[in-house]
Amino acid sequence: MKRLTICAALMLLAGCSGNWGWYVVDPTTPKGLINLKFMLNGMYYTILLSVTAISISVVVGLLVALPGLSPKKGWRRFNRTYVEIVRAVPILVLILWVYYGLPTLTGITLNVFWAGVLALALSDSAFQAEIFRAGIQSVAKGQYEASQSISLSYRDTMRFVILPQAIRRILPALGNQLVYMMKMSSLVSVIGMQELTRKANELIVSEYRPLEIYTVLVLEYLVLILIVSAGVRWVERRLQASEI
Amino acid sequence: MSDPRAPIISMRNVSKFFDDFQALRDVNLDVRLGERVVICGPSGSGKSTLIRCINRLEAHETGEIIVDGTVLTDNPKNLDKIRGNVGMVFQQFNLFPHLTVIDNLTLGPRRVLGLSDADAKARAMKYLERVQIPDQADKFPRQLSGGQQQRVAIARSLCMEPRILLFDEPTSALDPEMIAEVLEVMTELAASGMTMIVVTHEMGFARRVADTMVFMDKGEIVEIGAPEDVFTAPKSKRFGTFLQQILNH
Repeated sequence: MKRLTICAALMLLAGCSGNWGWYVVDPTTPKGLINLKFMLNGMYYTILLSVTAISISVVVGLLVALPGLSPKKGWRRFNRTYVEIVRAVPILVLILWVYYGLPTLTGITLNVFWAGVLALALSDSAFQAEIFRAGIQSVAKGQYEASQSISLSYRDTMRFVILPQAIRRILPALGNQLVYMMKMSSLVSVIGMQELTRKANELIVSEYRPLEIYTVLVLEYLVLILIVSAGVRWVERRLQASEI
Repeated sequence: MSDPRAPIISMRNVSKFFDDFQALRDVNLDVRLGERVVICGPSGSGKSTLIRCINRLEAHETGEIIVDGTVLTDNPKNLDKIRGNVGMVFQQFNLFPHLTVIDNLTLGPRRVLGLSDADAKARAMKYLERVQIPDQADKFPRQLSGGQQQRVAIARSLCMEPRILLFDEPTSALDPEMIAEVLEVMTELAASGMTMIVVTHEMGFARRVADTMVFMDKGEIVEIGAPEDVFTAPKSKRFGTFLQQILNH
């Protein structure tokens, strides 16, 4: 059964059904090679966009998570409000709002890249905040008490005792978010970001072979994300080997 | 402070509530410098709460606690001063699992006392030798036995060079064969003149080491006195029953 499926897939991809025209991205022809390179060029911005966005969202997420753990009601309310509001806005809507709405509101015009980064980071930060909150809460109360008993400050307690333990536990969830961000970065194509999806769409306009070009696009994301997943698992194994 | 008979810890009419439950009722207790106090009592009697109030892991609601001349309040300055003088050893050890033994020990001295890495390490090794496990310095806590972990925890407290050490049931989470090694370290500490308040059910240790024996029940200090007096002639019926239960099992 499995072999049959693979055969069918290969036949489809080989163009045996007659509906395929792989020439459009065939690297052995000059035209196909140019097209393929054009598509792969989008990789740079897809990676840069999602990595920049997630770096920012991790920091913002942590800063939003900490007040959520405060004994003071006001701080916790700030955390809840932020998370609930940001989480409720669809990413695509946020991208459009930041790019087209924000300049009118504030007079600051962001270029496509930073508008994309801001929207993705903002949207992801709410999820990061929830992940961090859960991770920090999973660290036993005794760790805080031991830190207090040696007069460690709040900052040092977080930095040296709580966060190192929390981050090891939330690493799988952070890896998921990174993969999610890479996929969601495709939405920034709507405001003209020259990333993978935009490149594919532009090529389709001139070549008119959506089936092949989108198939290549799917494969591009697939390869990218499999590599990222393997990287995350490698980091996880290394951290686990070092303790706990 | 110069008067050796003046109490280093003084608790006056201290009460503490957990919602409707009163964990401490009007507790009065004085501890002198160098005094060894052992607190015992049935579970839920407030003995852990009592010592956790001394370094404010729990906040008392009414009454007054004075530690080494400083009144215990939420004022961070006072709190740092008191916590710098008061070390604590926990039932569950509470070592930092992601740090090696030596890093567990040097974290406080480096970050709180501002010692250099070399000085902090030298100090840590000194106290690891004192608890007789200098050879375990580079291991992680999970690689040690329970008894060794608790000795590391004691060394971690000692690294801050406190004047008072609080022990919250330090042997209750240990297998029987490891209790002795921890009690031995504690006995040695007591002999060196450390002020200690120990919550424990180890009556043999109490008899050997304690200057003052405190029995608590339902949040109150029911009986207090020298061990030879209270053990031989308990004044209250509750303490008598408690001793019977502990010694007969």
